[in-house]
Amino acid sequence: MSFLKVESVSKHFGSLVAVDGVSMNVQKGECRAVIGPNGAGKTTFFNLITGMLGLTSGRVVLDGQDMAGIDPSHRVKLGMARTFQITEIFPELTVRENVRIPVEVAAGLHLSPRMPAHLKASVNDRIEQLLEEGGLTRIAHRYAGELSHGDQRACEIMMALALNPRLLLLDEPTAGMGDDETHAVARLIKRIHRESHMTIVLIEHDMRVVFNLADRITVLAEGKPLAEGTPAEITANERVQAAYLGGAA
Amino acid sequence: MRFDVKKNALSLVVWALLLTAPLWVDRVGAYPELVTQVVVMGLAAMSLNFLLGYTGVLSFGHAAYFGLGAYGVGLTIRYLMPSTMAGLAVGVLVGALAAALIGPMIVRRRGVYFAMVTIAFGQVFYFIAFRWNNVTGGDDGLTNWHRENLHLGFATFKLMDSPYDFYYFVLAVFAICTGLMALILRSPFGRTLIAIRENERRSRFLGINVNFHIWVSWVVSCTFMSVAGALYALLNNFVDPRAFYWSQSGVFVIMCVMGGMRSFWGPLLGAAVYVVLQDYLSSVTPNWMSFIGLVFVAVVLFFPRGFLGVLRRRASE
Repeated sequence: MSFLKVESVSKHFGSLVAVDGVSMNVQKGECRAVIGPNGAGKTTFFNLITGMLGLTSGRVVLDGQDMAGIDPSHRVKLGMARTFQITEIFPELTVRENVRIPVEVAAGLHLSPRMPAHLKASVNDRIEQLLEEGGLTRIAHRYAGELSHGDQRACEIMMALALNPRLLLLDEPTAGMGDDETHAVARLIKRIHRESHMTIVLIEHDMRVVFNLADRITVLAEGKPLAEGTPAEITANERVQAAYLGGAA
Repeated sequence: MRFDVKKNALSLVVWALLLTAPLWVDRVGAYPELVTQVVVMGLAAMSLNFLLGYTGVLSFGHAAYFGLGAYGVGLTIRYLMPSTMAGLAVGVLVGALAAALIGPMIVRRRGVYFAMVTIAFGQVFYFIAFRWNNVTGGDDGLTNWHRENLHLGFATFKLMDSPYDFYYFVLAVFAICTGLMALILRSPFGRTLIAIRENERRSRFLGINVNFHIWVSWVVSCTFMSVAGALYALLNNFVDPRAFYWSQSGVFVIMCVMGGMRSFWGPLLGAAVYVVLQDYLSSVTPNWMSFIGLVFVAVVLFFPRGFLGVLRRRASE
């Protein structure tokens, strides 16, 4: 059985059909890329999975549990963590504080009016471990808003990981980055995937990143599913080529 | 845990000034009731700032809870029992309860809508106090009561007879309230509030139930606000419906903004400036509010982080 099961979801905004009957089955431990030309509905599709937008029709099932009627913050507790196309962090807090907040949430402390003494050490260790894994230790004392694009993205990804998710959703993790930063972020995602066998779904524009990371690829065009397959199958697919070349022409 | 003098320098200065105030107020042309008022209004502004500065939500109706605390203490002493502590307890309880019940209707709104709904609820209380003549005294205010001396087993504090005894009583309550606020803000819960202020969407997608956290913050903030309101009524031995009025809520916001919303003690400084200016200017001109307005405009234009924000920046440079 697939870990994330999306069954012909649709989203209508008035008469505009942004996502039209898209299905996707992601296996546990898989890294899936969702690609498509601009306006293909990729981010809307993501927002349907995470519950940021309500479905017009269809179903989202995570590990056998139907997500209908479950609000976004609760879906996070059930194991769905995400990053955003435009990085969402806490700009006026330091990197360490940025990571501390989700670590404390994951430890169930977010309503706690004091830090329990017996958890203090484990929380601090977890923060340092995440900073280390994300390559953020040396800049942990700096304000997150001051960091480069790539470092902010690494910070956001580590914040998502701090929640111990079962499914990691990354919306264009390398958007707007130069080659070096793109490479660094892709390497980080690859390492996370290899070491933790985390199930990852990512939207990505940069095809080098997609072919480097993804086990399988889902292609959307104008809100509809266009193709699905391994990177080699997608490269060879004539309809995909037509959609991309048509978009460019 | 070691005490870091440098990090707590500001708190040390604040406490040194507050604790020694009775020794020097006369020499700077002030009087004990004025410093007491600074402390009371400082507590009110700091309570509002718990929500405004540390949760990032603007309430324009906090006077409602200030007024509930004030009327709670006044009505209790006048009609139920002549005890300062009982009055204080009733005032705070009423304010906290009202906040807890009204909160769920407010916390789903954001920005200007949140502010408008808070004003609306505040005005409801204003009109009740204004119209319910035979209980509240209506527009004339609630009179014929005064704070009582405090008898503890080992000592008697002459709250009514000695302005300094009352000052230290107020300061003790202030210490408890601000101490609790500081503890909460340093806790995981406090960090979650700051996370909501910084980025609500990120917070929601970290699995934080944002509305519920804002509700808790709202109740904490309003509870301390009603403590301040109760102390204010005790200070004046009087309360009138203007304690509820929305312009009073605006005054608390002005204090926070002038002093600096991002710093813990900023609102206290803002309150001190406001209260002292008001005291001085109102004896010189009936148009004192326009001068305070000018100061406020200047602060917003030139020191958007408030007085304390400027001092902070200087210190860190």
